[in-house]
Amino acid sequence: MEKPDRGMVRLSAEECKGCGLCVEACPPKVLRLADGLNRSGYHPVCYLNRGCTGCGICFYACPEPGAIVVLRVAA
Amino acid sequence: MPEYTVIHEKARSFYDLYERKAELQHQTHYCPGCGHGIVHKLVAEAIDELGIQDRTILVTPVGCSVFGYYYFDVGNVQAAHGRASAVACAVKRALPESVVLSYQGDGDLAAIGTAEILHAANRGENITVIFVNNAIYAMTGGQMAPTTLLGQSSTTTPSGRNEWNEGYPLHVCELLAALEAPVYLERVALGNNKQIMGAARAVRRAIGNQVKSLGFSLVEILSPCPTIWRKDPVEAQHWVRDEMAKVFPLGVFRDRGTEAGARPAAAPPPALDEVPRLLGIVNGSRLMTDRGGATVDWRIKVAGFGGQGVLMLGEVLAEAGLDAGMEVSWLPSYGPEMRSGTSNCHVRLAAAPIDSPLVSRPNVLLALNQPSLEKFLPTVEPGGWVFYNGQTPPRNGVRADVRVIGRPFTQVGDELGDARAGNMVMLGALLEATGLLPDEAVEGALKRVVKSERWLELDRRALARGRAAVREGSLP
Amino acid sequence: MKQLIKGNEAIVKSAILAGCRAFYGYPITPASEIAEAAALYLPRAGGVFLQAESEVAAINMLYGAAAAGVRALTASSGPGISLMQEGISYLAGAELPCVIADIMRGGPGLGNIAPEQGDYNQVVKGGGHGNYRTLVLAPDSVQEMADLTRLAFDLADEYRNPVVVLADGYTGQMMEPVEFPAAAMLPRRPAWAVDGTAATRRNLITSIYLEPDQLEAHVRKLETKYRRAEQQAVRFESHRTEDAEIVLVGYGIVARILKAVVEQARAQGLAVGLLRPITLYPFPAAELRRLSRQALAFLVVEMSTGQMVEDVRLALEGRRPVEFYGRCGGNVPSAEEILRWVRERADHYWPAFAPEEMADA
Repeated sequence: MEKPDRGMVRLSAEECKGCGLCVEACPPKVLRLADGLNRSGYHPVCYLNRGCTGCGICFYACPEPGAIVVLRVAA
Repeated sequence: MPEYTVIHEKARSFYDLYERKAELQHQTHYCPGCGHGIVHKLVAEAIDELGIQDRTILVTPVGCSVFGYYYFDVGNVQAAHGRASAVACAVKRALPESVVLSYQGDGDLAAIGTAEILHAANRGENITVIFVNNAIYAMTGGQMAPTTLLGQSSTTTPSGRNEWNEGYPLHVCELLAALEAPVYLERVALGNNKQIMGAARAVRRAIGNQVKSLGFSLVEILSPCPTIWRKDPVEAQHWVRDEMAKVFPLGVFRDRGTEAGARPAAAPPPALDEVPRLLGIVNGSRLMTDRGGATVDWRIKVAGFGGQGVLMLGEVLAEAGLDAGMEVSWLPSYGPEMRSGTSNCHVRLAAAPIDSPLVSRPNVLLALNQPSLEKFLPTVEPGGWVFYNGQTPPRNGVRADVRVIGRPFTQVGDELGDARAGNMVMLGALLEATGLLPDEAVEGALKRVVKSERWLELDRRALARGRAAVREGSLP
Repeated sequence: MKQLIKGNEAIVKSAILAGCRAFYGYPITPASEIAEAAALYLPRAGGVFLQAESEVAAINMLYGAAAAGVRALTASSGPGISLMQEGISYLAGAELPCVIADIMRGGPGLGNIAPEQGDYNQVVKGGGHGNYRTLVLAPDSVQEMADLTRLAFDLADEYRNPVVVLADGYTGQMMEPVEFPAAAMLPRRPAWAVDGTAATRRNLITSIYLEPDQLEAHVRKLETKYRRAEQQAVRFESHRTEDAEIVLVGYGIVARILKAVVEQARAQGLAVGLLRPITLYPFPAAELRRLSRQALAFLVVEMSTGQMVEDVRLALEGRRPVEFYGRCGGNVPSAEEILRWVRERADHYWPAFAPEEMADA
């Protein structure tokens, strides 16, 4: 069993406008824009499901207040 | 599966659902990659961290952030273009316990609202200004902003901003740093992760300063506008970092946060029942003598040079008339006449309520100089009184159908100690000749109108001298 | 007890007694005594006085103070009122109460600082952009400067709308005895205000309604208030109109002069009366129409080239002749010159109307 990731993100595909700033900002590069469109017609961000460090940088890069929630392993 | 806890999520100071928005209430109205959303998050997070959500009042401008109240679950006041800082000042002064944020864009703050921001900063208003600089008018479709870079094209600088036509980008932090009062001025940017974290600290600092009552704080945030700039969001972010920050250097331009003491709090308001007294509103009754007869109707014109006490003479008459139980009015000439050196006033003392306070047909003319005599003598009602400052009236200052009393009143005042007391010498003569007002009313009026003891004494002597001048038929 | 006081000062004292706790303004003759008195008295009463950087800033500061639920006052004269119009439109649009004293001077442009009534149109007809009105009160004495200022604050709160006290330079500068209310009042902050507490956190002050249907609904709501004011807020003074064949119409200081004219005309046998609008908006149109049943002509006098006269004509809808006499530039018509004109008009309409003694006078 691999060591679990330190962090995790919850992404709101409907709030996301697909600007890609979080993808650019993410240090471990574990975010990408989805191939499909959301209801607003954007390619929303999605998580590769592995490798999040819980650094929170994507949260601050994102212009939408509630599109990204960042979690970290409880101490 | 390990247990995860949330470390970053939507701030509590945002509404869960943006119900004030007509549609798409789950997301902001901002374009993809717009800096406003990031700035909103930094502001909301600072409000949460400082625990001031209930106390916070956000003043939003005209520009893309006009709808800040869609998102911020705080008190919201939307302002006219350029006036957010003026509105914020008054909100803060009305509610010193509140935390007032003026959120403004570059057109709002640095063009149309330049006077308001400069003076708010110069007064050291205890407000926090969040200044979002994206070098363009975005909401109106991409016209030049005062912060548009040289060479940058916009719909109103189609060939690029040219310093010979449009001047240079305006540096707000540098401008405000020339003022004494601001406690904190910093320029930050949203050009990369590190810059965004710096912006977060600056926003928290600027709001925290207000919570500590330190005074005026402003954070200028260089912010991307991918749509108008016609760049994708990532390119726009790079442009902030690589181009805007070159023209608008980042940094702290003023930080008195540590040395500044809290601004003095306003004195507590007085008890409500103290207010009339504090306004000088007098209670009690006045000395009331008789009305001087049921038909009395004195229409008095006082005229002379400025400095001869024309208005004051009239004021004593009106005050005394009030004490004597008459209806009174006092109307001064003001304006260019006053400034070019002549002065006059209209006084009415009557038994009946006064219709017009203007005296166009006086029955008493007090002419302290020759031009006034010449100007107003023809208006005097037949049978009226004319008091003239001189031994003999000029040839065109004679009328057979009025009673003229000429004495060198000003000269007499001068002999008594001050030429300006000549007005009271003339008043004494008027009172003696006409019996217009009782002595005690005049004395009471004098005490209210004349504040200095020395002048009161001089004016009393002047009045007596004026009375004597008439009584004895010549100058004593 | 009555005290002798300047009109401009009376406004301030009355405002503070009525609970005004904020003054923002910019100096201008002949209104500056209002700012000066506010600077002296408001801090004593625990209020805010601030000399703003411009009239534009001042009116927007009023917007802020009103949004915070404070009774707020500003004062200016023609040129400054022109600058405030944008802000007044915002105040009306955001339904914020405030009181604005306009102490009129000569215009247009820099004009002069002598008394005039040339601001009627810009104040009574809205003045700024959009479908709104200001309620306008026109004092004709220093006592009314005090009384109508107090009323202005009450009306502003009742209608959630700016109210203008419209006076001229003379009414501002003159002194007359005034009786102030014995007690001061301080109304509670209205529930709609944004006052920095949890209870008002969800309150919003704005004049923007992006959707046409929303904005139309909002404008209709404002319109309903104005219709209500037209029903309930009209004030006027009728002086010897009960048997008047000629009705003089004038407001402010002009009405005082017209009172003297009425007496003099009556003494000469002319059946003249005076209708003095106290509210210029809402305008006493119904009273004018009522008077038109018996009066034969309406003679309007203003210190302007004719602004209110248009409202008189609109009210009368051609029922009776409406004539106008105006002076401007700072010239104030004397009772004597107005009387000559009134007699001339009376002769013109009704040669037989002039009694014998008039011809001899």
